[in-house]
Amino acid sequence: MGCGRVGARIAAILDHNRHQVTVVDIDSRSFRRLPADFSGDTIIGTGIDEDVLRSAGIERAGAFIAVTNGDNRNIMAAQVARLIFEVPEVVCRIYDPVREDSYRRLGLTTVCPTTTVSAIILDHVMRANEDSSHRPGGS
Amino acid sequence: MYVIVVGGGKVGFYLTQSLLSDGHEVLLIERDSAKVDSFNEQLGSVTIAGDGAEASTLAAAGAARADVVVAVTGEDEDNLVICQMAKQKFHVGRTIARVNNPKNEQLFRVLGIDVTVSQTNYILHIIEQAIPERSFVHLLSLTHGDLAIVEAKITDHSAVVHRSIGEISLPENTAISAISRGPRLIVPTPATELLPGDDIIALAHREQEDELRRLLV
Repeated sequence: MGCGRVGARIAAILDHNRHQVTVVDIDSRSFRRLPADFSGDTIIGTGIDEDVLRSAGIERAGAFIAVTNGDNRNIMAAQVARLIFEVPEVVCRIYDPVREDSYRRLGLTTVCPTTTVSAIILDHVMRANEDSSHRPGGS
Repeated sequence: MYVIVVGGGKVGFYLTQSLLSDGHEVLLIERDSAKVDSFNEQLGSVTIAGDGAEASTLAAAGAARADVVVAVTGEDEDNLVICQMAKQKFHVGRTIARVNNPKNEQLFRVLGIDVTVSQTNYILHIIEQAIPERSFVHLLSLTHGDLAIVEAKITDHSAVVHRSIGEISLPENTAISAISRGPRLIVPTPATELLPGDDIIALAHREQEDELRRLLV
């Protein structure tokens, strides 16, 4: 659910690896991000609507991934997928670290790009800092 | 009572105004800071700018001591998360969510929201009552115990016409509360006979509402 850069990429990789993929997005133009040889299905609609999810075949899905730009939309869709349709694997992107923490505690599998990307960048900066301190003449 | 209202649309604004005039302590959270300024001019300083789904906004609003959090934004997903965050992080006793899409009403209850208000359903029921010659009308949903108050008109074709209340076997969890016959209001006894033209006011559990409809109409 959500065919932005991340959603389109995940869909393309899964499709390439011969999984059956359906992508849901409210804007049909988003599907242009999918590769030309994408063999999965696309459905226009909001993933927080049970009927849209049903038409996307959620009742027989092995995994559901919520990666729209809206934290709350992802959270609601993930809860619908998990609690109503009992999808075995549900992953939900949440930008707000506090919300991410709360819903992880409630049992959702969550990914928070804010904390993950910050940690990676900080790691690079700190390593660069260590390197420069070993440089001759560095302080 | 301390009430936090999230979402400064028409519902949020008038709700805040009405709660204030009832003497309650109210805080309105609205995302658009231009609206916040205008509300504070009209209502006094009771509005803060912020995203009600963010814990920092709820904390600044004093959610920890709030008795009630009401989420009335135009987006169901926002109302859901606002109420869940209020419950989970701030242990607010009562959360009330406006449901814009009637399909979500049941879902919100499953997800732990205490009270849901579906404006679409309310408007629908009010209009239904205003349309003449409707034989079975849903008057009101009572959140408590999932009860509904319904009105049914007895016609010559009703299966129960000319039978007494005692003879009718009503579905489980339903009760005939009153009969309106012309200008008279009758409190029914088992001997009361149902006549064509009677308006029946009945209580029904939501799950038995359809069964009651089939019996009376």
